[in-house]
Amino acid sequence: MSAPMTPPRTLAEAALAEAFDAALPGLPGGPDARKLRETSFSKFYDAGLPHRRIEAWHYTDLRALMRTAAPLAEAPSADSLAALREKLAASAPGCRLVVVDGVFVAQLSDPAPEGVVIQSLASVLAAGRPDLIALLAAQEFGGADTIVSLNAALMQDGVVIEVAPGAVVAEPIRIIYASTACEPRASYARSALIVGAGASMRLIEEDFGAQAAQTNRCLIVSVGDEAACDHIVSMTGMGRSSLRIESMIVRLGARVKFKSFGLIGDGGVVRRQIFMRFDGADSEGTLSGVSLLRGREHADTTLLVEHAGTGCAGRETFKYVLDEEAVGVFQGKITVEKEAQKTDGRMMSKALLLSDGVAMNNKPELEIFADDVACGHGATCGGLDENQLFYLQTRGLPFAEAEALLLEAFAADLVDELLDEATGAELREKIVCWLSARGAAPAAGDAP
Amino acid sequence: MLEIKNLTVSIDGRPILDDLNLTVRDGEVAAIMGPNGTGKSTLSYVIAGRKDYTVEAGEILLDGVDLLGLEPDVRAARGVFLAFQYPLEIPGVATMTFLKAALNAQRKQRGEEELSTPELMKRVKAGAEKLEIKPDMLKRALNVGFSGGEKKRMDILQMALLEPTLAILDETDSGLDIDALRVVAAGVNALRSPKRSFLIITHYQRLLDYIVPDTVHVMAKGRIAKTGGADLALELEKSGYRDYVADAA
Repeated sequence: MSAPMTPPRTLAEAALAEAFDAALPGLPGGPDARKLRETSFSKFYDAGLPHRRIEAWHYTDLRALMRTAAPLAEAPSADSLAALREKLAASAPGCRLVVVDGVFVAQLSDPAPEGVVIQSLASVLAAGRPDLIALLAAQEFGGADTIVSLNAALMQDGVVIEVAPGAVVAEPIRIIYASTACEPRASYARSALIVGAGASMRLIEEDFGAQAAQTNRCLIVSVGDEAACDHIVSMTGMGRSSLRIESMIVRLGARVKFKSFGLIGDGGVVRRQIFMRFDGADSEGTLSGVSLLRGREHADTTLLVEHAGTGCAGRETFKYVLDEEAVGVFQGKITVEKEAQKTDGRMMSKALLLSDGVAMNNKPELEIFADDVACGHGATCGGLDENQLFYLQTRGLPFAEAEALLLEAFAADLVDELLDEATGAELREKIVCWLSARGAAPAAGDAP
Repeated sequence: MLEIKNLTVSIDGRPILDDLNLTVRDGEVAAIMGPNGTGKSTLSYVIAGRKDYTVEAGEILLDGVDLLGLEPDVRAARGVFLAFQYPLEIPGVATMTFLKAALNAQRKQRGEEELSTPELMKRVKAGAEKLEIKPDMLKRALNVGFSGGEKKRMDILQMALLEPTLAILDETDSGLDIDALRVVAAGVNALRSPKRSFLIITHYQRLLDYIVPDTVHVMAKGRIAKTGGADLALELEKSGYRDYVADAA
């Protein structure tokens, strides 16, 4: 007879268990929410932090990388919110929703535009509307990931955005994440976006200034039939010793157009995971992103794209610029279910390696059960084209300028291709900013 | 004035240019002709500053300054321009952005003031019209999706804007139909001036019907085997390069 093996707990896991017990009474929601939190935490705790033997986490061994668990961030003080209000005054256009250390701050946020209902996660959990709770629980798809479970257990707050069927929301809705914590803190936000049938809208998520040391965010997206939704996330406010995990769970109806673009620039360890499922037929889903890494930064983008509806087109394109000793990870898995005939799936990762010390890990996977599909994947890794560099130099551009121009072109062409002009310009500026800082300052950093 | 003295160049230990001597005076249009593999393109790359080659001996003087120790961009700012046999496509770099960056980088290097955007636009528009370059092409990424002829015209537009003192045209006629050749040649002829020298590298005499050279040099086995006037090109058209290959050996 043998007793089941319990893996030894790491310091971080023990600290998370303590934090959960201490925080549970104060976390928002009624009995249903509490039950969800407890089940989710058990799921997380039974499995422990994902490590290299868990296939989906092979290249981002969280058990090794997360040595300690930072305490949960406290609610921001009135003074710090007042200071934030001043700094936020001149932010970009759109309906602004501010989340500070995982907590939605209504007094810093704009009212919802016409056709949109915006609530805090806390109020949704308290009101206990079963359809929303079920959506937020995300148990059926994506919820099996232990880190998504940890987020469900500790979710402090977030925003729940409901776009009415047929509503056309012209200006973007912009979730701005800020932090007022001076000490290393952790934050857990969970948000949801429900786009009604035939509606169209754009959601931008962006960092404002430095972020908490450890963040675990989750966004659950449901796009109704014939709706159009663009999603842009820009992660640029992380310190070099930070740990950030960003999960997005997306379910698409029929004849939907969904596009998501993510920019990762600066950060210690970043894991971005996207679970996207085509439930309906004839939809188009485009996932793309650019990761700009230097120092000892580590960025992992992991996708699971499930085709369940017929005739859907999936496009996944991710680019990496790696310098110094940075590590990039791209894992993309496309599964095509038996019923999902006429699926058209294309996945691509391209990495520019700027130094001998960098590493890029690519792992594409296709799992196809239907017999009439077109699916492909590709990956490239390499340096800048020397012929192009020489050509630009013969026109008078010094080497550094020629290199910067080619890097910008590599990183920004997805932006031009996929985004509207205004959003594209915002992101291009962030890319240029990263490139101009490249080499200007030493970027040695410690992993958390 | 370009003076190349005793230039010996190799790549991966294989000699390509062998004690080559060549002078191109201010305002002179010099053609270099010769069979495949004699080092014509190598010569153009070495003058422009490509690093794949090893210069074993010799010097390349432009107006008395040795170019060999200089970076390609510094050579460009000193007046060297190379029109490529196959101009490169640069995805993601808008043509106008590139033209502005190139022009201003050279001006900066020479200690001149940067051009304002309206002034740049004016110059580009005027140059583009002469070369029958459609405004739409200027909005696209540099050379991406351009035909062979469009790429060559774009290179000549760059030459017109950058106003070099030494323009090297490497097999500019390759891949051009007659109409495109006429436009490109007219563009080059319009830039002939007493202060500007041209080095025109070609296999065929055809290009020289449109750009009539002052001198013709025959290159064989890494050196200049014969020098003459424009009529030398016509002679070569009849007799071929066989004699020179044999002589040089």
